[in-house]
Amino acid sequence: MKILITGINGAHARMVALRLRARGDEILGIDRRPWPDAPEGVHVFQTDVRKRPAADVFRQHRPDVVIHMATITHFTASAEERLRINLHGTRLVFEYCHEFGVKQAVFVGRHTIYGAAPDAPLYRTEEEPPLAVSTFPELADLVAADLFAAAALWRWPGLKTAVLRMVYMLGPTHRGTLASFLAGPRVPTILGFDPLYHFMHDEDGVEAIVRAVDHQLSGIYNVAGPPPVPLSTLARGTGRQPIPIPEPLFKYSAGRFGLPYLPPGAVAHIKHPIVVDATAFRRATNFEHKHDAHAVMVSFRES
Amino acid sequence: MKCFGIDNVPERGGAMLVGNHSGGLPVDGGMVLASLFFARDLPRHATGMVEKFAGNWPFVSEWFSRVGQLPGLPEHALRLLQDGRLLMIFPEGARGTGKLFKDRYRLVQFGTGFMRIALQTGAPIVPFAFIGGEEALPTIYHAKTLAKIVGAPYWPVPPYLVPFPLPLGCEIHYGKPMHFPGTGREPDEVIEGYVEQVKSVVKLLVLRGCALHRQRTDGTFAQEPEDSSSGSSSAAPSSTSGPTDTDSEP
Repeated sequence: MKILITGINGAHARMVALRLRARGDEILGIDRRPWPDAPEGVHVFQTDVRKRPAADVFRQHRPDVVIHMATITHFTASAEERLRINLHGTRLVFEYCHEFGVKQAVFVGRHTIYGAAPDAPLYRTEEEPPLAVSTFPELADLVAADLFAAAALWRWPGLKTAVLRMVYMLGPTHRGTLASFLAGPRVPTILGFDPLYHFMHDEDGVEAIVRAVDHQLSGIYNVAGPPPVPLSTLARGTGRQPIPIPEPLFKYSAGRFGLPYLPPGAVAHIKHPIVVDATAFRRATNFEHKHDAHAVMVSFRES
Repeated sequence: MKCFGIDNVPERGGAMLVGNHSGGLPVDGGMVLASLFFARDLPRHATGMVEKFAGNWPFVSEWFSRVGQLPGLPEHALRLLQDGRLLMIFPEGARGTGKLFKDRYRLVQFGTGFMRIALQTGAPIVPFAFIGGEEALPTIYHAKTLAKIVGAPYWPVPPYLVPFPLPLGCEIHYGKPMHFPGTGREPDEVIEGYVEQVKSVVKLLVLRGCALHRQRTDGTFAQEPEDSSSGSSSAAPSSTSGPTDTDSEP
């Protein structure tokens, strides 16, 4: 099977590529960044998904499956850049999928689009509205990308579209939103709050994406691994020191004193939980995580 | 704390415990949870439906989360009952804990959402009355400005100013499980009728509980009810008195 992965140079995208390659699939990749030592059987096209050469990859190579992972979550990029890549990039990728006869498109999204709020259900199902547009406005581009990808389900019924809302991926790669949050020796928390954090091991996340391809999944699915743990447990389990900060002082401490920079909207995500119900995905793919929460934290800490 | 009729709580399977709020703070909920743990041979854990404003309070939010209590949302109630869990409901909501001492043990308006969920899930409703909370934490005044500042619907002010419960004896009286036919899609009139039935039973339990509590604290009580008790009995005097009229509506 010919599989195109956008954003193939991301740590998790590489893992997906290597996993699929190892079992014999032909892998194409699009990324602005080079992959100089890409293994045989992985063809990387160094371009932007929004540029014409990206369309040429679809036109000339006609992939069977597209795994769209060319989205950015870090806030070092400007809001305009995030919008261009996350929303406009997603729009173009799905239009190419439709135009060039792709059979299945897998959008790798985030569970954070559900947003964190004190009156939100603890377990978020796929039917829940994406509250992040109001609770975490800086995530609006990712919310829009997720909804745009989901719109392909009715716009182009012939294209099997799987929208995966994955919990944080954490592990030896030290890449991803949660890994960035836990990068330093101290982890900021809001005094008096200790929300549940939902995460899964890098390898389990990769396995889930591969299963979505294998089962030709179509629809919107939450993807999760082990049950969530409190943020304080996560911090200590990964060898970090939780630093409780009174909420009014939080904005003054972000990016200072060795604490990570976080946009104002992130406060809600440190106060309240975002936990997903991944029953539908497990039923559809028989997915079972291999690493429990303790193993994930240890693998992050010791790598 | 004493509790009576604990055997009316099913040993397993989903059920709703529905009762009155008693006292200026929802410590009655904690005592109901304790009764299910300590007064039963087979302890059960119940999940309360917490007022949404509590989720924004530092430490309070964390505390509720740690003891397994969730924001009062239909999604939570449905999921828990479908999983065969016990649900603790105070249909009076914050209106119940916000009652002033002069209105003690008078039930205020019951919400109706719990009934639709009970019908939808087929869960039995176990009514209960909580007695003693009104005396343990009597509210004589609402500090509205303070409530506005902290984002609460009210702030109880007792005669001794600090809203902290006094060490007085409390009682919980569980009634027989109630079953209602339906799917949860019934018209409002039907649902309101069912809710009224539950409210009537809770009111009777409150009246009976107040009478027994008064007899016990006055030393005139001759015979224990047929039910079990939990915890140590309280010998503290109490001024418990039931509603002075038959109409419990405000």
